[in-house]
Amino acid sequence: MKEGYKMINNEISSDTVFENLDLKTNLNVKSTKCKTPHPFWVMVNKEITDHVRSWRFIILVSLIALTCLGSLYTAFENMGEAFKSTKSDDLFFFLKLFTVSDKTLPPFFIFISFLGPLLGISMGFDSINSEQNRGTLSRVLSQPIYRDYILNAKFTASMIVISVLFYALGFMVMGIGLIAIGIPPTVEEFLRIIFFIILSIFYVALWLNLSILFSVRIRQAATSALAGISVWLFFSIFYNMIVDLIAKGSAPSAFAPGHVVISFQKTMLNLMRISPAQLYSEATTTMLMPSVRSIGPLTMEQVSGAVPGPLPLGQSLLVVWPQVTGLIAVTILLFALAYMAFMRKEIRSR
Amino acid sequence: MLNPVIEMVGLTKKYRSFTAVDCLNLTVGKGEIFGLLGPNGAGKSTAILMMLGLTEPTSGSVSVCGINSSRNPIEVKRKVGYLPEEVGFYDNRTAMENLLYSARLNSIPDNEAIKRAEELIKRVGLADAKNKKTGKYSRGMRQRLGLADVLIKKPEVIILDEPTSGIDPQGVRDFLHLIVNLKNEQGLTILFSSHNLHQVQQVCDRVGIFVSGKLKSVGNIESLSKQLFTQSLCLIEAGVNEFSSDKVDFTPIKNILQLIDGIAKLEYNNGVFEIECTRDLSATIAQTIVNGGFGLNFLNKKEFGLDEIYNRYFEGGVQND
Repeated sequence: MKEGYKMINNEISSDTVFENLDLKTNLNVKSTKCKTPHPFWVMVNKEITDHVRSWRFIILVSLIALTCLGSLYTAFENMGEAFKSTKSDDLFFFLKLFTVSDKTLPPFFIFISFLGPLLGISMGFDSINSEQNRGTLSRVLSQPIYRDYILNAKFTASMIVISVLFYALGFMVMGIGLIAIGIPPTVEEFLRIIFFIILSIFYVALWLNLSILFSVRIRQAATSALAGISVWLFFSIFYNMIVDLIAKGSAPSAFAPGHVVISFQKTMLNLMRISPAQLYSEATTTMLMPSVRSIGPLTMEQVSGAVPGPLPLGQSLLVVWPQVTGLIAVTILLFALAYMAFMRKEIRSR
Repeated sequence: MLNPVIEMVGLTKKYRSFTAVDCLNLTVGKGEIFGLLGPNGAGKSTAILMMLGLTEPTSGSVSVCGINSSRNPIEVKRKVGYLPEEVGFYDNRTAMENLLYSARLNSIPDNEAIKRAEELIKRVGLADAKNKKTGKYSRGMRQRLGLADVLIKKPEVIILDEPTSGIDPQGVRDFLHLIVNLKNEQGLTILFSSHNLHQVQQVCDRVGIFVSGKLKSVGNIESLSKQLFTQSLCLIEAGVNEFSSDKVDFTPIKNILQLIDGIAKLEYNNGVFEIECTRDLSATIAQTIVNGGFGLNFLNKKEFGLDEIYNRYFEGGVQND
């Protein structure tokens, strides 16, 4: 921003230099031609600069980059093992970069499912309340802009930053992998990785919207951050325990008929799927491991006659479609809630 | 009024059972500095928010420059500059960057915006600090930068909500001076909300006294004081002393004083008489007390100034219904 300002300043000074020359008319034509950007994009621009400059973001990005490199390293270490195994999905060797690990460090996609929410929460938890506490909200809103520009600009800016970050990380892993193992990815592998990145962006967006919602509703930034983090902790730690508890209590006996066991398994799985982390991990596992044929229990009858082998991309997408829809739906729902709360909010100076 | 710029008709805002603004009818003319005077929590800010279309009125309507604020807030906000109480800036940006951001939100081309911002920053006296981050600004500097921020879009109307609270006296003087100059030079219409009577008196052409959501009266300061003090004009305090100590009965002197023509109210407290009278009776009172055989310790004449007007309206005194 500062540089941009300097640049424009230079333009002005050059303007005055050219004052006596005929060139000035040319410059004027040029300046009228370049339109002023729409206020919404001005705001998005400002939000992006804020994110990129903030220490919070720099810390999180370095954290994510570090874990990314760490999991890449373990992937390389175990690549040999994976190569030797003669499984059917050896065709998708390149994807192993994202999934292989010895148990010391989790693979890349698990890391993202763990750190992604933190990134989303950290980008959104103070988006509205800090503006209000600083007294900038009423000042900005007294400019000729619509009220929802503020919320939309914050969301758009965060989405742009997250997308750039994730694509950069994904392509970096691919690039390093390409150099290290020397096997180029096939088109399908490449597409699978792209879908994985898109999924990850939506997953982070979900947490981003949750934290924006908290930032609209909760006045103190610290409380709002805590609320976001506790939801995240609840779903990543306690929710599994609770479902386990329910499962233990309601499990059918060992002698129960098959269909009872299956319906019990399905109920438990559906309970688990309330957690967005579960949806995300199911979806990413299927995308990154083409050998995954189904999520959930399969009976022998269903499996019989199936050709053992990896699923093509389209089939994998079909398998995870419900999960993807669910993730996107929750994301949109949270955004709608935040939007509604913000539009009804009383704008006071402080 | 010839050119009404701000027009409020039956403006009402209710929060559940609480009525913040109660049927407000007010017109502010072009080129006028109007003072909205009222204690904290009187509903001044709510009225202002409705003017800007930031809050929906429960009933009634408000229009600025002929544009309805609740129907078309964007157009209104193009013409109105609003300086909120305790204006905030992005602390990690410099003053210049903050101003340019506002200018961009108003779709002012950058080269024009820079020119205006430089000019305004000089005008409000912050030229030395223009590349300093606003996080390091003092309260007064922030408020002055706020004024520059309001002016960068070249508004027709300026609304200042308690702009001087928290600034030192010199700063207040400069600020008010700046406002008056602006009005004289550019013919701006200014709505000045404040709880500080003396500041309002210094700059405002007209004043509206606003208490608990209602506009009690409107006019210039002289007409306001006339409205209020038709009967009593000045207050005399007389410290009375008895020659012999201990308990002395003051009833006789009280009775004598009460006979004087022109005394509206008489009160006795701890050796001090408080006498309200319609004209200056200090000489007569002094004479009466001395003749009555009491000692006169002091005699203090108080003019009914603005403070009294203020107190009368705000502290539950006179109801001018």
